[in-house]
Amino acid sequence: MSTSILYDEPGPRARVRYRIVGIATIALIAGFVAFTLYRFSETGQFEPLKWKQFEYEAIQLQLLNGLLATLKAAGTAAVLALVFGGVFASARISDAWIFRAPATFLVELFRAIPLLILIFFGYYVPLQYGWHISNFWALVAGLTVYNGSVLAEIIRAGIAAIPRGQSEAAYALGLQKGQVVRLILLPQAIRSMLPSIIGQLVVLLKDTALGFIITYPELLYVGKQMGSRLAFDLPYVPTYLVVAAIYIGMCAIMSAFANWLAKRGGEKRPPAPAPRP
Amino acid sequence: MLEFFRTLTNNWDIFSRGFLTTLKLFVIGAVGSLTVGTILATMRVSPVPVLRGLGAAYVNIIRNTPLTLVFAFLVFAAPKLGIEISFEPAAYTALTIYTAAFICETLRSGINTVPLGQGEAARALGMSFSQVLYLIVLPQAFRTVVPPLISMLNAMLKNTTVAAGFSVVEAGAIQAYLSERGENQVHTLFWITVGFLTFVAPLIVLQRYLERRWAVVR
Repeated sequence: MSTSILYDEPGPRARVRYRIVGIATIALIAGFVAFTLYRFSETGQFEPLKWKQFEYEAIQLQLLNGLLATLKAAGTAAVLALVFGGVFASARISDAWIFRAPATFLVELFRAIPLLILIFFGYYVPLQYGWHISNFWALVAGLTVYNGSVLAEIIRAGIAAIPRGQSEAAYALGLQKGQVVRLILLPQAIRSMLPSIIGQLVVLLKDTALGFIITYPELLYVGKQMGSRLAFDLPYVPTYLVVAAIYIGMCAIMSAFANWLAKRGGEKRPPAPAPRP
Repeated sequence: MLEFFRTLTNNWDIFSRGFLTTLKLFVIGAVGSLTVGTILATMRVSPVPVLRGLGAAYVNIIRNTPLTLVFAFLVFAAPKLGIEISFEPAAYTALTIYTAAFICETLRSGINTVPLGQGEAARALGMSFSQVLYLIVLPQAFRTVVPPLISMLNAMLKNTTVAAGFSVVEAGAIQAYLSERGENQVHTLFWITVGFLTFVAPLIVLQRYLERRWAVVR
């Protein structure tokens, strides 16, 4: 039995060929790793001084505070974005155009503007009118309106994907529109939407790194501060490796959870759309 | 009101320079990430387990890394490894490395939508893996994934603004320049938004058009 539509179960000759390609690939990877290690040792990345900083409690605390700042921004923005998404999704499926039209316009607009520019709006526009807003709230505001708009689309699409018979049957029983959405459509839609929603929250968590640019002291910003310490011979490489491991770890756990939900959730439903960069 | 338009006309030099750089970043990043993404997708569907594993590892690591971190690594850490890379090439590289992972996954999901019979027929004709993939399956897959691919490129266009944080004078950096010139920030940001909308609009129109034109009935 072949597992792919692209190739047959290999015969003896194909197996040899695959093995040769496999070994060549391993050799290439080994070469790459060796080159990286060579560059590391050549530029003194393995020297104890560059790694010594991680032994100091003050620096561990600094890293931890950066992580907490990232999580605080991500958590606040996630809650607000979910509220924003829920409100705008319900406005978009409303029968009254006075709700539908502005909600559609805003959702499309916010998704078309780069997130960094939205964060700049949150930071500099109040400043222009002499009202100082902290970079934390500017970051959260940008993350909220952007990811909230994407979430609104996910929720709207999830509700629209429920078979028509469901709402028809509910209307036939005499339910009102609000009841149909709340009692019939939403409970079914949530199951298929959940993987996409969590996928978007991973995007949100990653995007908190933009706080670096407006000098919000999150993980990446702290990483830059730590990397630029002359006392430890500018340990940029070790620091960024640690920071990357933290980001990848957090996001991978969330992505794995989303995948698990997607596998477990619906057998008959279409697969969740891939998360956007 | 007049002052509002003056923000654009008086600073046209910076606006045009910024958006031209953005366009350059976008075109080079698009070509780069489509190429690398296709190679990665080939690896992920190939019959050789090691290649599949390598492709999967790349995608899983990069997809879970913030783009800003990729930039920071190339700009601050790479020189410490003796790899000197100036700001603009660093931006192309970061955008390509990051977006390729998403392109790869999109292409792969497209390959899964091609009916089984297509690959079987091609194999029955004696085609090799690369012939089946590049002559039969990928051209059909490409048609179904054009809309999501364009929205990936759209996202990359917006992601080019991250380069502003790393000393590349593109659209995202206009604000900092004009703030030095003492321009009204609200006006500046409004014009940057207008600039982006004029870039995004053709992409969306193209996407809608191709979606209708290339719709595949399955």
